[in-house]
Amino acid sequence: MSRIAACFKALKAQQKTALVPYVTAGDSHPSLTVPLMHRMVAAGADIIELGIPFSDPMADGPTIQLACERALVHNVSLRDVITMVADFRQKDQMTPVVLMGYLNPIEVMGYQNFAESASQAGVDAALIVDLPPEESTDILPIFKQHDLDTIYLLAPTTTPERMRIVCEAGSGFVYYVSLKGVTGANNLDVKAVAKRLDEIRTISTLPIGVGFGVKDAETAANVAKLADAVVVGSVLVRMIEAYPDNQAGDDEKIMSNISELLSSMRSAMDS
Amino acid sequence: MQFSDFDWNSMPDAAGHFGIHGGRFVAETLMEAIEALDKAYSELKNNAEFQAEYDNDLRHYVGRPSPLYLAERWSRELGGANIYLKREDLNHTGAHKINNTIGQALLAKYMNKKRIIAETGAGQHGVATATIAARLGLECVVYMGEVDVKRQAPNVYRMKLLGAEVRPVSSGSKTLKDALNEAMRDWVTNVDDTFYVLGTVAGPAPYPEMVRDFQTIIGREAREQIQQQAGCLPDALVACVGGGSNAIGLFHEFLGDEPVKIYGVEAAGEGLETGNHAAPLCMGKPGVLHGNRTYLMNDPNGQIIETHSVSAGLDYPGVGPEHSWLKDIGRVDYVAVDDKEAMTAFHALTRIEGIIPALESSHALAYAMKLAPTLSKDKNIIVNLSGRGDKDINTVAALEGITL
Repeated sequence: MSRIAACFKALKAQQKTALVPYVTAGDSHPSLTVPLMHRMVAAGADIIELGIPFSDPMADGPTIQLACERALVHNVSLRDVITMVADFRQKDQMTPVVLMGYLNPIEVMGYQNFAESASQAGVDAALIVDLPPEESTDILPIFKQHDLDTIYLLAPTTTPERMRIVCEAGSGFVYYVSLKGVTGANNLDVKAVAKRLDEIRTISTLPIGVGFGVKDAETAANVAKLADAVVVGSVLVRMIEAYPDNQAGDDEKIMSNISELLSSMRSAMDS
Repeated sequence: MQFSDFDWNSMPDAAGHFGIHGGRFVAETLMEAIEALDKAYSELKNNAEFQAEYDNDLRHYVGRPSPLYLAERWSRELGGANIYLKREDLNHTGAHKINNTIGQALLAKYMNKKRIIAETGAGQHGVATATIAARLGLECVVYMGEVDVKRQAPNVYRMKLLGAEVRPVSSGSKTLKDALNEAMRDWVTNVDDTFYVLGTVAGPAPYPEMVRDFQTIIGREAREQIQQQAGCLPDALVACVGGGSNAIGLFHEFLGDEPVKIYGVEAAGEGLETGNHAAPLCMGKPGVLHGNRTYLMNDPNGQIIETHSVSAGLDYPGVGPEHSWLKDIGRVDYVAVDDKEAMTAFHALTRIEGIIPALESSHALAYAMKLAPTLSKDKNIIVNLSGRGDKDINTVAALEGITL
């Protein structure tokens, strides 16, 4: 069983929802990422989403665009991101890691090359924001061959016909974008989300992650009642953004602030 | 491939692909909006009422047909082929961009959208969008890189006068590609009431096909005009290529005329060898950006790199996917001219023909200056004079150390 499937199975047995933090790899500097991943697991994260820095993250808001720019100052490449996951796996063989990013860096590295290296490093899945199922016919068999799950997004505007196409192509889990907009946008409407998740469940048995607009413990707990996974991104990235100068002690402050928020989300979700 | 037998309107395929290029590489958050646009456009493109309204606007609002002008004095000085200029600079708003914005704004009206957004580099597309928004009474927001806001100040003011809100974009390289990112973000966020008027033959399907269809009026007119004036088809076509909408507009009608040589001119900036250019077709590799696969300028890690050109409208790291395909099949020759050559052509046309060309179009003119003397005097070249240069006078003056 894949790490992701095992993770959801174990959580289901405990009647818990997965907490999935997102950070951009290499933000604010490359050596923060792996220690931060471990700390997030210690604070209650079940799955880690690691962003691949890209110069033109069109579907993201300003927060993640700036995170990409900070990482790119250090020339963090897709290969570097894969190496970070390999480092993380030295101490953690359990926690699933999902790489999230845009197609061009993967296309330039080559699908085969990427799938092989990522899989070897212990990456479990890829979420390629600008690669819809219709354009995935070349990549899917290669990912499958290397046991990489492919996670797709579903949007509030996705029609039932497309939901079927997306859920059929996807594996691991499906990521429901809770509002119209880019990452880091406002206010998630819990009632509207609940209705959409019911629709998705009539179509697919894949676990459903919900993200965009989860900012605090209360929202996380509300979403946890509906979803199989709660994805938290921009609010964590802003905690990194708050210490842009890489001074002594900054890393520790970032890690403890992020841990604190994740812990509070964890306990709110579990209670 | 037999160019004369090929059905050039059969491209792109149903999924928007031109060979390996094109397609629809967008986040799921945009998919519904793009499918709705695709559906609306497929219905309307063959709708007689829509076409009649579009044709009527082109004639009475834009001022088409635009003339095909034989630059006799300049041709004589160059001592070779006759150079004909397709005068898109004489369109309302001063460039070919309005052919497309008229069409898309009409589509927005048929789709009942109240708000239109656009990205702009040189500002010509922004002005053309703001113009049509004013005429149709639509709310209009234009995204423009901070760098371009500075170097194209007259156009920024023009857009404001027309009632558009110009939002400067400070992310990334602060130029056209970043404006496009920001426009896409706006669209995702306001998808219910907003129509995105994309300015070139790039982006996710159906934009490359749709914008091409709205621009092919250039080539249809030119094909008729040259036969009337010269009595034959041209020997060569020349147009500048940033995203490539004016070029595809001129080229498309001639693709099946095998003897007609076609040249797309990219911006070599400070020189192709310096790396500071905007010539993805000459120097780039296929990749995926802004919703389509196409030749791109990216680094070995797949990051999009900053481009350089004296002309804001050519300062873009990608290019329309149809051009990428036309390069792959060998139908069009893509070449590049640098900033200096473009400036020389700018001054030449201004002084010899009394026409101030846009810096974008000056790239096409610069290539024609090289090509014409290699051809005999009975040959004919059509150069797409895609825009007028009034917007560039500050840039040109600054290069010569003059502050206006």
